[in-house]
Amino acid sequence: MADPLRFRDDAAADEPAVSLEAFLDQPHATSVRLEAGDDARVLAPALDRIRLVEIDFPKFRDGRGFSSARILREMGYAGEIKATGDVLIDLVAFMRRCGFDSFAPDLPLNPDDVRAALNRYPNVYQPAADGAVPIWQLRHG
Amino acid sequence: MYKYDHYDQAMVDARVAEFRDQTRRRIEGHLTDDQFKPLRLKNGLYLQLHAYMLRVAIPYGTLDSRQMRKLAHIARTYDRGYGHFTTRQNLQYNWVKLEEAPDILAELASVEMHAIQTSGESIRNISADHYAGAAADELIDPRPWAEMLRQMTTFHPEFSYLPRKFKIAVIASAADRAALRWHDFALRIVENASGEIGFEVFAGGGMGRTPFIAFRIREFLPTAQIFSYLQAVLRVWNRNARRDNIHKQRMKILVHELGQEEFTRQVEAELAHYLTLGTDFPQAEYDRIAAYFAPPPFETGLSDEIDRSDPDFAVWVNQQVAAHKAPGYAIANISLKPIGGIAGDISAEQMDLVADLAERFSFDELRASHAQNLVLPHVRKTDLYAVWQALRDAGLADANLDLVGDIIACPGLDYCSLANARSIPIAQQISERFADPARQRDIGELKIKISGCINACGHHHAGHIGILGVDKKGSESYQLLLGGSGDEETSQARIAGPGFDEAGIVDAVERAVERYRAVREPGERFIDTYRRVGMDGFKEAIYG
Amino acid sequence: MKILTGNDLKTGAVIWWTGADWSIHVADAADVGDQGEAILAAEDAARRVNNGYAIDAERTPEGVRPAHIKDRVRALGPTVRPDLTLKPADPNAGNWVI
Repeated sequence: MADPLRFRDDAAADEPAVSLEAFLDQPHATSVRLEAGDDARVLAPALDRIRLVEIDFPKFRDGRGFSSARILREMGYAGEIKATGDVLIDLVAFMRRCGFDSFAPDLPLNPDDVRAALNRYPNVYQPAADGAVPIWQLRHG
Repeated sequence: MYKYDHYDQAMVDARVAEFRDQTRRRIEGHLTDDQFKPLRLKNGLYLQLHAYMLRVAIPYGTLDSRQMRKLAHIARTYDRGYGHFTTRQNLQYNWVKLEEAPDILAELASVEMHAIQTSGESIRNISADHYAGAAADELIDPRPWAEMLRQMTTFHPEFSYLPRKFKIAVIASAADRAALRWHDFALRIVENASGEIGFEVFAGGGMGRTPFIAFRIREFLPTAQIFSYLQAVLRVWNRNARRDNIHKQRMKILVHELGQEEFTRQVEAELAHYLTLGTDFPQAEYDRIAAYFAPPPFETGLSDEIDRSDPDFAVWVNQQVAAHKAPGYAIANISLKPIGGIAGDISAEQMDLVADLAERFSFDELRASHAQNLVLPHVRKTDLYAVWQALRDAGLADANLDLVGDIIACPGLDYCSLANARSIPIAQQISERFADPARQRDIGELKIKISGCINACGHHHAGHIGILGVDKKGSESYQLLLGGSGDEETSQARIAGPGFDEAGIVDAVERAVERYRAVREPGERFIDTYRRVGMDGFKEAIYG
Repeated sequence: MKILTGNDLKTGAVIWWTGADWSIHVADAADVGDQGEAILAAEDAARRVNNGYAIDAERTPEGVRPAHIKDRVRALGPTVRPDLTLKPADPNAGNWVI
C-alpha cells in the first residue's frame, strides 16, 4: 500500500532538497526547498530538472505556500510538491487542491483523519490545481 | 432571492458535519484550544467576555421571513431571546454554548444560512447596498454579483489562510450606502460609454488602528473577468504582505506602502496571467443566479399618494421611507435604535413580527443595513400605515434614520473581549440627551459612530461624529473625532483633542452639535458645516 | 490577591477558581498566591477550564473585586442588560463595575 501521505505513483526523490539560493547555484540539483517568502516564479527556467519542491509552512496561519504551489502548477510543473512544517489536518484538503501531493509535517498526521478530511466536501466552488470540476460546471454541463 | 440548489446545500451540510466533528474533538480533548481556535473562528464562533459568541452571515444583508423566524427560534432556544445586528450586515448571538454550536449551525443550514468565514483570516461575508433590488437610483441589482462572489470566495483553496481578514462590498448606484471605500475590496457596478456593465474597483480601505480609504484601482473591469481580477488582488496581497506583525498584515497596509500605481501595476500583471488560466465563472452562471433576483411581481397602477393625516405616521414616513424603483412602492426602514436602547439588538418576538411584516407587505424580503437597522424593501405605499402601526405596537417605529439618535455602536466592553471601554452606554446617553424628536429633526442628518477599541467595529473613523473608547490607566476614556463619512464623499474623521470621561463625552457631543446649529448655513448638514469651517470652527466650542 | 478565571469549555460561562473547584461567582474566588500557573496547567489539561488566566484582585467589604474593569464586567455580566447579569434584581449592580 502506498504511503497515505504521498499521493504519487512515481518513486520519491532521493536527493535532499536544498535552499532556493543553493539550488540556483547548483545546475544539477533536482530538489529545492522554498521558504514561505520565496518567489516560486524564479524556478521557471529550471522546472525541467526539478523532481521535488518542498514548501515550508513556518506557522499554519502563514498561507503564502498555497500561492507558491499554485504558481508552480500554473507554470506546468508536474513533479512532487511536498508540504513541510506546521501542516495541520485542516489544511490538507486545501493543499491538495493547490497542487501539493505529499506531506511531511512536523507533527505526523493520522492517515484516517487525512482521508476523512479529503472526503469531507462533496464538491468545490472554484477550479484549482487538482482538476476538480467546479460546481458551476456541474450546473451547466 | 437566491435559493440553494443541492450543491450549495451539500457544501453547507458538510460544513456543519465538519464542525460537529471538530467540536467533539475539542470537548473530548483531542484538540487543544490553540488548535481549535482557528477552526471555530472560521465558523464565526468567538470566545467573548461572558460566553461564546456566534456571528451568523447574512449574505449581502438579504433575508426572508423563514430565515428571520429561524433566527428568532435560535435566539429563544439556544440563546437568551435576542440577537444583535452588526455593522457588516451580520447577526450575533452573545450566549452560545460550545456544545450546542453545531446544532445552531445545523438549524441555520436548514434555512440556507451559515456562519462560514464570518471570522478569522478569511474572505468575509460579502456586504451590499441594503436597498439593492429596490432603490430608485440603482443601475442593476448588485446582489447576483454578490452571490457569485460568495461562491467564488467560499472555501477558496489558495485564499483561506490569508494574512488577515478581507472584506468585500458591492453597490450599483452613485450614492454609496455601503461604506464602499472603507472595505479591503469594493465594487461599484457601472455602465461604460458603450452601454456595457462592468465594475469600478477600489482596494485597500479599512478602519482599525491604521485607517485608510480605498484607492480606485480600475475604472472599468468587464464583469466576465471579476474572478480573475479578485484572485489577482488576493495573490498580490497573499504573497507580499508582512507576516511578522498582525497589525501590519491587512491589505490596506500593503496597498498604501506600495502606492496606488505600483499595487495596480502588480495586480494588472497578475490579472494578465490569470486570464490565461480560464478560471472565470461563465455568463451562464451569472444568468442562473440573476434569475433568482428577478424583481418581484410589482402591481401596476398603484397610487403614489400617502395619507399623512396621522401626524405621528407622517413623521415616520418622512424619516424612514426611501424612494423605490417601482411606482406605488416604497422602501421602509425599521429603526433598531430606540431612545436609550441598544443599537442593533432585537428580541426574538420582534424578529418574528418583522418576519410577519415582510411576508405580508414586502414580497417576503428583509434587509439588514450596515447601520444596524432593518429594511422592508418593497412596501406598497398604501400599506405603509398598516406597517407603521404594527411596528409602533412592537416598539420598532422610531423615526430617526440618519439622525442623531441613529447611532452605530459596537458591543464594546459590555460584551467584547477586545474592547477597552463600553460603547453602548455612551450611545444610550447620547440618544437620551437628544431624545426630543423635534430637536433631532432640527439637527438633521448626523451620523454618530462609537467604537469601544481601535479595531473600529463601530466605524468611528467614518462618523460625522466619531467616538473611540480607550483604556486610560484602568478607566474608560473617550476620544472625540469629527468629519468622517462612509458615503460617496468618503472621509476620515480626525481627533478633536484630549479625551473625556463618560459624562464628559456626552456633553462634548452636545457642544459640537450646538456649535453646528449656531454656525450652519441654510441647507447645511453637520458634515457640510464641518467641511466648511474645519476642526478649528468646532474646537473652541468643544474645549472652551 | 491573585485569583484565577476562565471560561467553562462546554458552556463558555465565566468561572472563578475557588481553591478546589470552579464557581460562577467571583465572591468565591480564592487567593492562589504563586500557584496560579500550576493550577491552570492542570485544570486546562483536564478541560475543566478554557482560556484560563490569573488576575490581580482585592478583597473588599462587598467581596472580591478584580483589578481590571474587563474582569469586573465578566464577573457581573453586561452592564446594559441588568436582567442578564448575576444580579438581575439589583438595578445599580452595574456601578460596581466602574
